[in-house]
Amino acid sequence: MNRRKWIPWIKTAAAFLIMALHIAPFYILINMSLKSPQERTSRWLPPMEPFFDNYVNAVTVGNLFKAIGNTLFIVVCSVVIIVVTGAMAAYPLARKGTKKNKIILAFIVGVMMVPQLSVLVPLYKELVAMGGINHYWGVVIVSSTFNLPRAIYMYSNFIGTIPRELDEAAMIDGCSRLQVFFRIILPSLKAVTASVIIWTSVGIWNDYQFQLYFLQKPALKTITLAITTFFTDSRTDMGAAAAAAFIVVLPPVIMYIALQKYFVQGAMDSAVK
Amino acid sequence: MRHFGRRTKGFSIDLLYLPALILLAMFVVYPMLSGVQISFTNWNGYSAKYKYVGLANYVRMFQDKMFYTALKNTVIYGVGSTTLQTVIGVLYALLLQKKFHGQTLARVIIYLPAMIASLIMGYICYFLVQYNNGALNDVMKLFGAEPVDWMADGSRAVWIIVVINALQFVGKTMIVMIAGLQGIPELYHEAAEIDGASYVQRLWYITLPLLLPAITTSVVLNLIGGLKLFGIILATTSGGPGYSSHSLSTLINYLYFQNQNAGYSAAVGIFMFLFIMFISTFVRGYLERKAASLE
Repeated sequence: MNRRKWIPWIKTAAAFLIMALHIAPFYILINMSLKSPQERTSRWLPPMEPFFDNYVNAVTVGNLFKAIGNTLFIVVCSVVIIVVTGAMAAYPLARKGTKKNKIILAFIVGVMMVPQLSVLVPLYKELVAMGGINHYWGVVIVSSTFNLPRAIYMYSNFIGTIPRELDEAAMIDGCSRLQVFFRIILPSLKAVTASVIIWTSVGIWNDYQFQLYFLQKPALKTITLAITTFFTDSRTDMGAAAAAAFIVVLPPVIMYIALQKYFVQGAMDSAVK
Repeated sequence: MRHFGRRTKGFSIDLLYLPALILLAMFVVYPMLSGVQISFTNWNGYSAKYKYVGLANYVRMFQDKMFYTALKNTVIYGVGSTTLQTVIGVLYALLLQKKFHGQTLARVIIYLPAMIASLIMGYICYFLVQYNNGALNDVMKLFGAEPVDWMADGSRAVWIIVVINALQFVGKTMIVMIAGLQGIPELYHEAAEIDGASYVQRLWYITLPLLLPAITTSVVLNLIGGLKLFGIILATTSGGPGYSSHSLSTLINYLYFQNQNAGYSAAVGIFMFLFIMFISTFVRGYLERKAASLE
């Protein structure tokens, strides 16, 4: 019995060791972002005197606020497109299980597997032809498309849990299927829409692959491109690079800590089908 | 209202998925097909002129050392990360399944790195593995060992990237496994315990087989994630030294933007797509059959 009493404490100790391992890179990042270039102590040691100029440099030299604004604009536009087209598409796919609709749903789920890089060359060529390079709409429409299948999947799973009797009752009362969608289904999609917004906004905030290729003008620079310039052009000013990286990871991390439940639920939903 | 209802009767609700399908057709299906077409040309990526060269790009691919290195590394990135994520994810889930001091905090912290773009995660980890003043080398010094230039050796760099990727996303696997563990009835464990089964026996004969559906899902997801790994490689080695740590993703990027070889790059893209589809379908099928045979 005595042994059983110790087990929770051993678990706590193990958990803290694991946490230390996972937090270490971020601890180093924060240390570095607060050290002046003259302070050459080990990165494991906290700064003797916090040097905030790194943050000033990150924001001014890297034009980080502009980049954050640009990224936010792309995120908001994409999320709107994804929510509207995603919720619309999910309704017939979840409710009308004809053979055609089943094939279409399977196709959409299959698209989730397509690696972005595998269509890089043709996609770039297509956007050049459409005049979408160096315009936000090019990135917005492509990011939306690639994040759409996940949203449709989440919406159609959720609509599947709404009792069909509700639809039927409304239809007996004379609603058309379209009216059922607007009056019954749409109002009950608030919770899942919150999940979709959270997931896709973090996803697109972090999505550098398309931004890297489709936005090459400095004025259109997004956060990931801003960070990349810090790390490739001047691997000399590591302090400012660290500060910039820290600023950029902060929004998704804060969002995650504030809305943990949604994230954990989302991760579980993706697994349990 | 009646009137409105009747008026819209002819309208099929299937039209609601039309916008989504148009987007997918324009930016996934069409590029896919046009990628096949480009892969048969010698297009350089910017000029208006190009020639059809038949299967030349594919022939070149199967004779290209660089391609084979990237393919081998892609398999290591995929299989290595998946193995690490599954083993560590299950262990974390077993540890963090039941309530104790620090349990919730640990779950939050372990999952946190998954929120960050893998490119930025790569840059952050670069501070650890850097030769000069790298945090890892400070630890080496502490133990009196010589500092190591971690990323200078291609095959070591590949494994370091595997570890970074696995630790960044192990939280996702952990959450899936915790969900799976919660689905296992307590009754089974109690019955086995009464029969005198040890913890390890219960783990092997009850927990793991019943966890197989959760393992299947996360293995497939991690495998796809690892096989298309891009950001961490770009941030830490950019495929180097030489081409020794390239994956298929970074090779496509390199061929197109640094080598002006769009036709060849498109061919590698088509190969990568088929490769990932094939592997993930095969693995899913295998694991699902295995789960079915255990029931």
